[in-house]
Amino acid sequence: MDNAAAIRVRELRKTYVVSEREAGAAAALRSLMRRRTSEIAAVDGISFDLSSGEVVGFLGPNGAGKTTTLKMLSGLLHPTAGEVSVLGHAPSRREKDFLRQITLVMGQRNQLVWDIPAADSFELNRAIYRIPRPEFRRTLEELASLLELAPLLGKPVRNLSLGERMKCEIAAALLHRPRVVFLDEPTIGLDVTMQRRIRTFLAEYNQRFGATILLTSHYMADVEALCRRVLVIHHGRLLFDGELAALVQRFTAHKTIVVRLEDCTADLTTYGEVVSCEEGLATLRVAKDQTARVTERLLADLPVVDLTVEDPPIEEVIERVFAQGTA
Amino acid sequence: MMLQYRASLVIWLISHVLDPLVYLVVWTTVSRSSGGSVGGYDAAQFAAYFIVLMLVNHVTYTWIMFEYEYRVRHGSLSFALLRPVHPIHSDLADNISSKIITLPLILAAAGILALIFHPVFQVQPWAAAAFLPALLLAFGVRFLMEWTLALAAFWTTRVSAINQVYFIAALFLSGQMAPLSLLPAPLRLAASILPFRWTTSFPVEILLGRVGWTEALTGLCVQAGWILVCLLLLRLVWRAGVRVYSAVGA
Repeated sequence: MDNAAAIRVRELRKTYVVSEREAGAAAALRSLMRRRTSEIAAVDGISFDLSSGEVVGFLGPNGAGKTTTLKMLSGLLHPTAGEVSVLGHAPSRREKDFLRQITLVMGQRNQLVWDIPAADSFELNRAIYRIPRPEFRRTLEELASLLELAPLLGKPVRNLSLGERMKCEIAAALLHRPRVVFLDEPTIGLDVTMQRRIRTFLAEYNQRFGATILLTSHYMADVEALCRRVLVIHHGRLLFDGELAALVQRFTAHKTIVVRLEDCTADLTTYGEVVSCEEGLATLRVAKDQTARVTERLLADLPVVDLTVEDPPIEEVIERVFAQGTA
Repeated sequence: MMLQYRASLVIWLISHVLDPLVYLVVWTTVSRSSGGSVGGYDAAQFAAYFIVLMLVNHVTYTWIMFEYEYRVRHGSLSFALLRPVHPIHSDLADNISSKIITLPLILAAAGILALIFHPVFQVQPWAAAAFLPALLLAFGVRFLMEWTLALAAFWTTRVSAINQVYFIAALFLSGQMAPLSLLPAPLRLAASILPFRWTTSFPVEILLGRVGWTEALTGLCVQAGWILVCLLLLRLVWRAGVRVYSAVGA
């Protein structure tokens, strides 16, 4: 099992039946008589495998089908068609043995009981997951030190800040040391420092326990820091499955050249698209295959102080992927 | 959890004591004005009935039917579904723990009502012995039945309409408004055929000696039967409900 795929998804589909009507009273009456429904495919036949211990980023715009997929993988949703296997279980059967080995963290929802200290909720999870006490203490200590939880544990959850609460949520979700971890926007709404801390923590958890992690995030920094491999989903279809670096390669036609000049009076438009030119610092966008030649010309023609060639920011790449997917 | 909200505790107490108090005042007044007794109850016996009823009701009541719609709509049920235990366990624990916290309060309230209304108790030893199992079984029937009914939230957004019908039926048929023996024969029959009598009224009737020991024994069996029926229904409805929930998403 350990060498085989921890998660196996084949031709997975989920369609929702939605009723619809036009605005207005007449339409409301008509819909009483005959409900018009249509089917919407939230997930439209996707396939992928995750090996044990992999950390994979799941990218897509809002409504792409990420959350629906995570819910099918964790057993909250029945697939309409296709096959899912997580650690050898069919998630929708919600077998206890399966539930004990997975976790799902949703950044916008919370499982901690609002009115009691997080420590009490952790104790409840210990009982529910039947975690032996010594193991529980050890895990809790580790989580507490990694996430710096100690000062938070005794306070009622409702008195914690969003970031503090998220740290406790994540700890609660990992107390039973799940082998498969699903994270849906774990850093949403958190400040940069807290985001970084949670990223570091997840990397550490993956290292220490060899857990398989599938996470969605709108923050590309999360994905860049944690995931070598990404799945890109759009309109319920998988657009890309592979290394993040390959995604950048495949979907960028441009590079960015930043040059510092002694003076900025020269006309740079002959070299490429000028993105900005201020106080001697110019940013140019050039076609990827032209990069070498343009660089050479810049260095030869102009009084260059400094020059760097960069890939476009990952956000821009992703935008491009989605744009192509829609076209 | 309830210790965190002292104000809500007071409000809860008022509503739980006020209800039986109102009916108690009404019925003692009625019995006094109609020559001292109505349907075999005089003022002191009415007092005994409603005070015991209040205590029984405290033990058996649940609030699950008000909560389920929220859980389904707002997706908090998802967390329960991710856990490797049936969610009924947490509701059971929740119910029992909050009852333990509020028990001293309701006992104090019963004491005060007893001082004011002078109830008369003639409790047979066997009735006292049968009261406890009847009370526990009544809790079982009511908890399982209301938990199952609460699952209606999986199918409809109009749960409050269902709750309304249920609570009105319960008000009449479980003996909360008046002892069942005062009801017209058809209603009395309905109360016994349906689970209502077995959720509240029956333990009170036992303790106050309103049923003989053979009837008490039969009643305990009926309660056990309802528990089995409710368990079976709960399993079926729960499975179907989760299927619906996980088909439409949340």
